[in-house]
Amino acid sequence: MSKLLIENASRVFPAVRGGQPTRALEPTNVTVGDNAFVTILGPSGCGKSTLLRLVAGLDTPTAGHILLDGKPVTRPGPDRGMVFQSYTLFPWLTVADNVAFGLREKGVAAAERKRVVEEWLARVGLTSFANHYPKQLSGGMQQRTAIARALANDPAILLLDEPFGALDNQTRALMQELLLGIWERERKTVLFVTHDIEEAIFLATRVLVMSARPGRIKADVPIALPYPRHYTIKTSPEFSALKARLTEEIRAEAVLAAEGH
Amino acid sequence: MKPLSPISTGAKVLLGLSFFVLFFAGWAWATLGGYVSKTFLADPLTMLEDGKLLLTKHGFAFDIGMTIWRVLGGFIIAAIVAVPIGVLMGAYKPIEAFFEPFVSFARYLPASAFIPLLILWAGIGELQKLLVIFIGSVFQIVLMVAVTVGSVRRDLVEAALTLGARDQGILARVLIPASAPGIFEILRLVLGWAWTYVIVAELIGSSSGIGHMIIDSQALLATGQIIFGIIVIGVIGLVSDFLFKAANRKLFPWSLA
Repeated sequence: MSKLLIENASRVFPAVRGGQPTRALEPTNVTVGDNAFVTILGPSGCGKSTLLRLVAGLDTPTAGHILLDGKPVTRPGPDRGMVFQSYTLFPWLTVADNVAFGLREKGVAAAERKRVVEEWLARVGLTSFANHYPKQLSGGMQQRTAIARALANDPAILLLDEPFGALDNQTRALMQELLLGIWERERKTVLFVTHDIEEAIFLATRVLVMSARPGRIKADVPIALPYPRHYTIKTSPEFSALKARLTEEIRAEAVLAAEGH
Repeated sequence: MKPLSPISTGAKVLLGLSFFVLFFAGWAWATLGGYVSKTFLADPLTMLEDGKLLLTKHGFAFDIGMTIWRVLGGFIIAAIVAVPIGVLMGAYKPIEAFFEPFVSFARYLPASAFIPLLILWAGIGELQKLLVIFIGSVFQIVLMVAVTVGSVRRDLVEAALTLGARDQGILARVLIPASAPGIFEILRLVLGWAWTYVIVAELIGSSSGIGHMIIDSQALLATGQIIFGIIVIGVIGLVSDFLFKAANRKLFPWSLA
């Protein structure tokens, strides 16, 4: 059954100082099945983050609507956990308190909160950093905490907006494997925005390619590679074929975006 | 010297102290050398002797106590009123729209110009002194706190929203903790300014306090006492600054780590 339904959702940003209104997202239709890992791939400025923010409820569609489990999305809520590209851990809270934030807002009892936090810190390998402040962590550790914080809340869907965009290549690869490992066990529905082709294929059950300005979904590519996936799959012929195909799809868009259309 | 390159703690202390030494040396040279008339500027030694006399014979410690009490009293009342208003203004745009124009206007009203009016309204007692400091501090704190709270990173608020926080939670568990070190820093700054107002308030219609001693000494041409009074204010300021900074480190270790 479909978990997430995006029906004709579009977003137009109003004109600034007599200019043209920006059509960030053309009317878009997407159906995401339960337990799917969907990556949204596109060049920067193609509206992929706008689409994710609409699902999160941080922004409102100009037209159309979005349904999660059949209920319309009207505002942000704990059923849609989100991990941002910028480091958004609360700097005044320790790692453990950051992970506990959502549970505390929900009013979960202290003992239960502690149990869930310990469980998630163990899964992202940060047990020994429970009492550290975010400033004392590396970028990769901060994003691992952010993932734990979002998942500790047990959301219906996990939204990630280029979460590894600011990390170096090696850390990024390890983070992908960590996230994939968690997903393979939890099978939570995931919507993952990225501009990295390899990342999009490696993680996903399905890749949505977006075109640049006006943003719309240009291609819908199922990824049939079997799970559990090992990082060596990145050098397999099937992977390379998918990569070649998506590179072609996205190259034309990147050229358009660079020309400023 | 390379731009922006740090120096060792020892060198830092040494350089900072050496300016004080130079300053006093220059002062001693001008006065003890006879280049400046004693009537207009006392030399450092006379200043110290005058200070000793003030403390032992004239009960200056009581004056210092009175002044500190007035500054802290007026400042604490101003902070209690101003911080909540500032926080609400920073968090809620309609509240900001309601208060901001008036507060911006009132901030430029010089507190010292209110002294004649305040004497008329509140007499020359303690209430008048507290009111001068209150008027001088309250609008500054309101505006600066509002800006600090209003500039909390938007993405932290968004992260809290996606974790299920509602309006109350955003205010209590994101906006306030995020801006707490900034608010503390604002209070430290404004307390420094409050010291200027208290002396002015004590110069007019007062029978105690450091400002009162200074105006009395002027009539006696006791420049040594005046300078001693001014230096005492400087030292108290330095101590309160140090205490604020130490408390900041203790209360908000996360902002420094």
